[in-house]
Amino acid sequence: MPTPDTSNQGPPKGLGPLAKREMRFAYLLLLPTFLIVLSVVLFPLIANVWISFKPVTLGDLRAPAILVNERLMGDLEAVGDEADIRYRARNSSRKSAIADVVFTDTIPESLSVISVDDRCVADGQTLSCDLGDYEAGQREDIIVRVAATQAFLDAPENIKDTEPAFTFEPENILTNGDFTLDNFRRVFNASDFWTVLWASMYYTIAGTVGALVMGLFAAQLMNITFGGRAFLRGLFLSPYVAPVIAVALAWVLLLDPGPGGTLNALLIQLGVIDGPISFLGQRAVEINFLGLSFDFPVALTVVIIFEIWRYFPLAMLFILARMQSVSTDIYEAAEIDGATPLQQFRFISLPQLMGIMAVLFLLRFIWTFNKFDDIFLLTGGAAGTRTLTVNVYEQAFAVSNLGAGAAVAVVVFLVLLCFSVIFFKFSPEDDA
Amino acid sequence: MSRLGNIFYLSVLFGALWGAVWVIIITLLALFISGLTFQPQVTAGAIAGLVAAALLVFQPPAKRTLAMRALAGFAFLLVLILASGAQPMGLPLSTYTSGQFIFVVLMAVVTVQSIHLTCTNLGPGHEKRYNVEVLCLRFIKGFGLVAFTIAVALPFFVMVMMSLKNQQLLLSNPLDFSIDFGQGFASLFRSYIELFTQYHFGTYLMNSALVSVATVAITLFFAVPGAYAVARLRFPGQNFLSRSILLIYMVPMIVLVIPLYAIFSQLGMRNTLWGLLFVYPATTIPVALYMLQGYFRGIPAELEEAGLMDGLTRLNVIRKITLPLALPALASVALYVFMIAWNEFLFAFMFLDNVDLFTLSRGIAELNSSEVPRQHLMAGAVIATVPVLALFLWFERFLVAGLTAGSVKG
Repeated sequence: MPTPDTSNQGPPKGLGPLAKREMRFAYLLLLPTFLIVLSVVLFPLIANVWISFKPVTLGDLRAPAILVNERLMGDLEAVGDEADIRYRARNSSRKSAIADVVFTDTIPESLSVISVDDRCVADGQTLSCDLGDYEAGQREDIIVRVAATQAFLDAPENIKDTEPAFTFEPENILTNGDFTLDNFRRVFNASDFWTVLWASMYYTIAGTVGALVMGLFAAQLMNITFGGRAFLRGLFLSPYVAPVIAVALAWVLLLDPGPGGTLNALLIQLGVIDGPISFLGQRAVEINFLGLSFDFPVALTVVIIFEIWRYFPLAMLFILARMQSVSTDIYEAAEIDGATPLQQFRFISLPQLMGIMAVLFLLRFIWTFNKFDDIFLLTGGAAGTRTLTVNVYEQAFAVSNLGAGAAVAVVVFLVLLCFSVIFFKFSPEDDA
Repeated sequence: MSRLGNIFYLSVLFGALWGAVWVIIITLLALFISGLTFQPQVTAGAIAGLVAAALLVFQPPAKRTLAMRALAGFAFLLVLILASGAQPMGLPLSTYTSGQFIFVVLMAVVTVQSIHLTCTNLGPGHEKRYNVEVLCLRFIKGFGLVAFTIAVALPFFVMVMMSLKNQQLLLSNPLDFSIDFGQGFASLFRSYIELFTQYHFGTYLMNSALVSVATVAITLFFAVPGAYAVARLRFPGQNFLSRSILLIYMVPMIVLVIPLYAIFSQLGMRNTLWGLLFVYPATTIPVALYMLQGYFRGIPAELEEAGLMDGLTRLNVIRKITLPLALPALASVALYVFMIAWNEFLFAFMFLDNVDLFTLSRGIAELNSSEVPRQHLMAGAVIATVPVLALFLWFERFLVAGLTAGSVKG
């Protein structure tokens, strides 16, 4: 019976063959996920940084092409009459060059070729020209001199019947070597950059805290047993579940200041306000409080209220789940000790909920900061609600400057990175 | 006098508040339903609530029988009508008499019931701090329930009601949500019928369903093996991966939109559903993987080891042992991914130009112009909301368990 080798005690170093096989299998299983995340998330992230340094507008995405206009110059009325076929070629793009332009065309049998442009070769009726590189916007003429034969006079052919064919290598505006810092200059020099950043921060902080506090309150309500609780819980979750465009547009019509706006009509009917308020169109209203006057941002606050309305259910769900996992013994003990309901909440419930609240705060903070759809659909970024994310869209697609949009996106990503570093530095170790 | 302590005064105060709250809510409800210009009589309601509460709470808890509550209700009605000058809803009782009668009785019933529930088991002589807090919290919670319900339901209510009206009626009296059932089915649902016949909503619905279901299929197909690997197999980087996979979720979609737009434009993939089917799974796979690996870890490894001993390959272990056990988690992940894909707006809005490729979100964005009447817009919103909401409410327990066990997404 073979004795095991006892000279080498301790765990084996490195991976054994079985472990290696397991590792390879694991990587194989993860490969598709890696690939798709790489191509749709990580690669675009890098591509975004690349684009932010390039002078690209939305129109540049259409690849440049050679446009050609073919024309017979001169009259062919007798055998031997000569005329020019003029090809007028043009680079369609005003910004990017086209390399290696090669052009071929077939000249009708009934015309005999006399002379061709220097760069062209006529092989029988086939014409081919190597035109080299075209600068942006360059145009030039290629002249082919032909003479009429009897066949042409009998049955005149249109020279346009054969389409001239081009092969060329358009310069790709995204991959060429042009770089610029203009995009970042534009972003940081914009007069409203700090306003946008401030709006973003206000929106993020108020939206996150509001959704958490409302979620905590709603969770307390849902923790009581009463008839119809399941129904109410479903109802409370629906703002989160419904499509953002549906609820956002319902809010827009609800808050409409014009005729037909429900909330304004309601408030006027109740005598709360005298005239309609443009909830989503008014930047600020001056408020005097204790002799101090300050501007209260109306539209931004309404957008934040929408954010709270839409995302308190998520906080409610998680806080409720945590609350229901706390054993009831501890509350019974507190009850016997004579703790009042507020004391029980303050000294038992709240400490238990701090973990999940911290995690929710962190996640909601980042997601609120990233939020684009809600504000875009409610105000389109007007009336002081333009956050950084809405500014990305505004620059890239409304002003059509992709490069500047990408530059704002880089700023978004950097701010986010700062938050993440701060959060992960200060985040407590917890189980949630 | 020992009977009139803090509890009594607080109860009376809350009674007044309940009276005011219910008078406002029910009058507005009557306003919406009838289209008449009712005015909530807040002060009268508060006084009536106060009197009813005083009557009820003056009795010790055991004596607040049904008859006693009915008496308080009558007192409420009487005081409300007297204090409002015989116009409990701001209009003479002669108009819309039967309707007013029903609504006013409703006010009395819910107000007295609210007071009764707030003060159950509490009455004069229970003056401890504990009871005072219980009383206050009961009122705050009750009031919170009412406020939350209204705040959440109002936009949905307006959405549905506007979709059934027409533009002229909406503009002339925006508070009139009365539904004329006499006009017949086709007339009542005219906006919906027009959306399907003239605005291609049938196509949009099909596209949305197609994209969402395909996204679910692709996500599960990618995430299940990945989650299994992270949960069960040992390999270098396993711990890092299981923690960092959610970081993908921190990347803002708006940062990805420009490069993806540029690249997809050049590849000719932009204006296609394939483009969406490439982007959506990439955003849902990380969270699906995270949720599933959490669940897979909870399945006893011994079951799988037994399968391996009996000669099954790893893939067959996954197929025949792990997946059947993880069915609830699979269902909740599938539902969640479906919800994300169905509701997605940004990429659908940026990528799709062709009407026959529009998803519902994109199609509704197209309706959002001054040329399209409001009821069409709201009907579109209802069409997009109903399937996902119905699906969600149907499987709510599933989803809630899966969500809270695994992860979150905003």
